[in-house]
This record gives sequence, C-alpha cells and structure tokens, in this order.
Amino acid sequence: MQIYLPIAEVSVNFSLIFGLGGLVGVLSGMFGVGGGFLITPLLFLVGIPPSVAVATSANQIVASSVSGLLSHIKRRGVDFAMGWILLIGGIAGSGIGVIIFNRLKALGQVDLLVSLCYVVFLGIVGGLMLIESLRALRRARRSGGMGERRKHNWVHSLPFKVKFRVSGLYISVIPPILVGLLVGILAAIMGVGGGFIMVPAMIYILGMPTKVVIGTSLFQIIFVAAFTTMLHAVTNQTVDMILALVLLLGGVIGAQFGTRIGARMKAEQLRILLALLVLGVCGKLALDLLLEPSELYSIATEGKN
Amino acid sequence: MRRALLALVLLLPTFAQGEEIVLGLSQDAVAITANFDGSNLLIFGAIKRDAPIPDTGPLGVIIAVAGPDQPVSVRRKAQRYGIWVNTDVVEVDAAPSFYAVASSAPIRDVLRDVEDLRYSITLPRAIRSVGARVTDSQQFTDALIRIRAGSDLYQVLEGAVDVEQETLFRAAIALPANLTEGDYETRIFLTRNGTVIDEYDTIIAVNKVGVERWLFDLSREQTYLYGALSLVLAGLAGWAASAAFAALRR
Repeated sequence: MQIYLPIAEVSVNFSLIFGLGGLVGVLSGMFGVGGGFLITPLLFLVGIPPSVAVATSANQIVASSVSGLLSHIKRRGVDFAMGWILLIGGIAGSGIGVIIFNRLKALGQVDLLVSLCYVVFLGIVGGLMLIESLRALRRARRSGGMGERRKHNWVHSLPFKVKFRVSGLYISVIPPILVGLLVGILAAIMGVGGGFIMVPAMIYILGMPTKVVIGTSLFQIIFVAAFTTMLHAVTNQTVDMILALVLLLGGVIGAQFGTRIGARMKAEQLRILLALLVLGVCGKLALDLLLEPSELYSIATEGKN
Repeated sequence: MRRALLALVLLLPTFAQGEEIVLGLSQDAVAITANFDGSNLLIFGAIKRDAPIPDTGPLGVIIAVAGPDQPVSVRRKAQRYGIWVNTDVVEVDAAPSFYAVASSAPIRDVLRDVEDLRYSITLPRAIRSVGARVTDSQQFTDALIRIRAGSDLYQVLEGAVDVEQETLFRAAIALPANLTEGDYETRIFLTRNGTVIDEYDTIIAVNKVGVERWLFDLSREQTYLYGALSLVLAGLAGWAASAAFAALRR
C-alpha cells in the first residue's frame, strides 16, 4: 500500500516504512539508543528529503523511547535523579550545539562535518565498547560470572556529591552535567538523540550499572528528542506527521520486543552487539566518504531545505 | 481595434494557415490524497480547420507539461584529501519540478531549433530559459536532467502522441507519485514542417486534499500547535504500545 507524505511530498510504501520503524524500535528497546543514527540514513535511502528525515526521526524517537521507558520503569531500571541531572546538561548542550551548527552552516561544508562527526564518534565509541565488553566477557567466564567491582577514579573525588540510590552511586553532580552537556552538543550537531554516546559514557565514565543505564538514557532522550522535534517543526516546518505515525507504529511495537530481548541477554553480550552495530554504521559512512560515488552530482531544492 | 487585430493576423503568417487546436483533458485537476501513487493524464484533442488539409509539410503535435518552477542547487563532488566532498555548486534559479514533453515523432523532425528557442519546449531549453546564470553550467544542467529523469520527474516521450488522419491526437502522460503541488502548465503545439502554427495553453491544478491538505496547512500556519500535536501523538503511541503489551502478557 502506497501512502503520500504531505510534508516530504513523496509517496512511500507503507510496509517498508512500518518495517524500518519496527527494526529501529527493537534496537531502541534493547540498547536504550534512540536509533536516530540508524533511522535517518535509512530514510535517506528510501528517498525522503534529508531535512524531513532528520526532523521526523526525532519525533519518532520520542514515541519509541516513551514506549521503552515505561517498560523500564516497571522493572525499576530508571534512575530519575541521574536522568534529570543529565537532562539539565543536555538541554544546555543542545542549545550550544545549535549555535555551533548554524555558524558552521554559514561557513559551508556542514554536511561533510556531520559525516566526519559520525565516523569519528561512532568509530571511537564502537571500538572502545567492543574491546571493553569482549574483555569483560572473557573475565566473567574465567571468574565464574562475577563482575569486577567498579574502580574509583577521578570522577569520585569531585565536590557536590549526591547519592544516586537506583544506580548505587555516590558521586559528584559535575561529571553527569558535563556528560549531558557534551552529548547535547554532539546530538544537536549530528541531529540525533545521542543515546549511542550517552550509554557508553554512563557505563564507563559515571560507572552506572548497565541495567539502569538503558532506562535512564531513554528518559533523557525523550526530552532531547522532543526539544529537537519542536525546534524543527517551528523553524523549518519539516516534521512529517504521517511519516512519523507510520514509523512510530512500527517503532513502539518493536521497542516492546526489544525490551524483552534485552532483558534476557547478558549485559556484556548486549554491549558487544551495540558496539558491532555502531561500528557497522560507522564503516558504511566511512566507505561513502572514501569510495568514488556513482553519481557525482546531487540536487537540492531550496524549498525543502 | 479590429483593424489592428487584422494586421496582427496578417503579420503572423504561421497562425494564418487556418489550423487550430481543440483540446480535451481527462482531468483538469489532480487531487493528492493520502493513498496517491501517481496519476495518468490523458490529453486528447482535434485539429480544426476551415480548409482542406494543407500540404505544406508534415504535421506535428507536441505536448509539454511543466510543474511549478523551483530554485535548485546542483552540487558536484570531488576528491579532496582522500575523501569525497561537495566542491562545486551551481544554483539554478528556476527549474520545473516536473517536465514531460511528448511529441508525435522524434522531436528534431517536428520542431526546428529556432522554434524551440522561441517557445522553450525541449527539456534543456525549458531549464535554461528561466535564466540560470552560471559558467560551466552544461554538466550541471545535464546532471539535473539525468537525476530527475531517473525518478520520472523529467520525461521525454518521443512518438507518444498518436495522430489520427492529421486531425485527432491523443497522448497519455504518467504523473509520478512524488509530485509537487501547484499549477501544471500544459502547452500543446501544432507544427507544420517544424514551425509552430498554433499553440494551446491550459493549466492542470495539482493539489493536496483532505488530511494531506489539513496537515500541510497546519504545519505552515500553526507551527507550535503542529509540533505539540506531533509530540502528543508520539507520547500516546508509546504509552498505548506499552499498555497493550502489558495487557497481552497478563
């Protein structure tokens, strides 16, 4: 069945978009990533104009994250205290990010910068996660399933300490705010929710347990994505509600399956899978930059940008 | 007044041969609904004359349908420091968002270059005529035509116009699903020996209707409301899915 998208002004196949939404929803529920870094390039491939794809995927991320978050709340997998603090940094960060983005746009070559950002950050995050989780998996096997105790590092010697009961942490609020800020900046520049940076940052920098990380990340992503959606709807008018509806129909259902799959898997396995996924997308984007494209020319209509 | 008109007619010998287009359209409006996936436009007509068929050369019918003009930027990639980046850009002031040109025979046989230049009928002329001020623009315009032709937005349909006994003609033009809204200018040319002897212009209105219309207008006029509505829908859908699955498990 074909449906016509009023804002994107293209006609798409219902089941294809529904399936895309579902796929990203599963990943969202499993890993606590919004899936923006996946769904946006996928929508380009289907022929949705880039600006509409970026804005609409933000809207879809809100839906799948709400769906995933509710399941995590039931399993007490959300640290609200931590979530709010990350969010404060995150909103400030995305404000700064938007300013940086507009400056770079004035200089030109913003597309290239976004691609490079993706390749560099996805590469670093994916690589580090893969190495670490493989090591953890090997260690866990040797010592009969017992995970190691979290080390005390510089993060634990800062002032303004607060108790995060759900995470079982007693740390300063400065690192979470900085993490939120950094992720917010990158998210605004790259046009994603930032889950794929947030999740590893929470695990490795803040030392939060993986079980809590996903729910908390989803909680934070909802607000960042909602903020982004609103910004796009008001300034660029590129949020396509019909496209978002079909995507999120698939997405919310997918997220439910994803959360169940995620709950059955070991934390290390989950991390390895996420790392591989991140590296896969990174590799694809790197190839696009390195290989000669089959069509050297591209067209963009002013009205849709 | 009448004398001036008479003088004009006499000054335009091409139009004075007494052959005129009478047109019919399968539809003079295209409605874009929620399940729109393209439309078939049937254009048919007759050639009206007062005198017997003249033998001043072969007859040709050319039909050109043009969507609303848009400014377009065409970018070219080149390798810099090992990666492919956009290096050159050409801003085309206005290119039709859709263009189909159908003719009763190969276009070269039914249309002279001079006439093409005057009426901007063929694809390259239709784009260039609207004033693309660029150097080295040829490759960029070619790329624009190539890319849009790939998605059926630009169509060259030589021989797609059927002419019966030099009097009746008909052509079908397929409008693709990714249409832009607006007035589609439809021009029909009657040529003899490659020279245009009559032109008939009409407009086909392409508009979104129903939900599509409502959402589009809302997104332009009530931006905050539209954004809030999108978010509420997203939140509701997320909650509904979670609740539905919780109910299923019980």
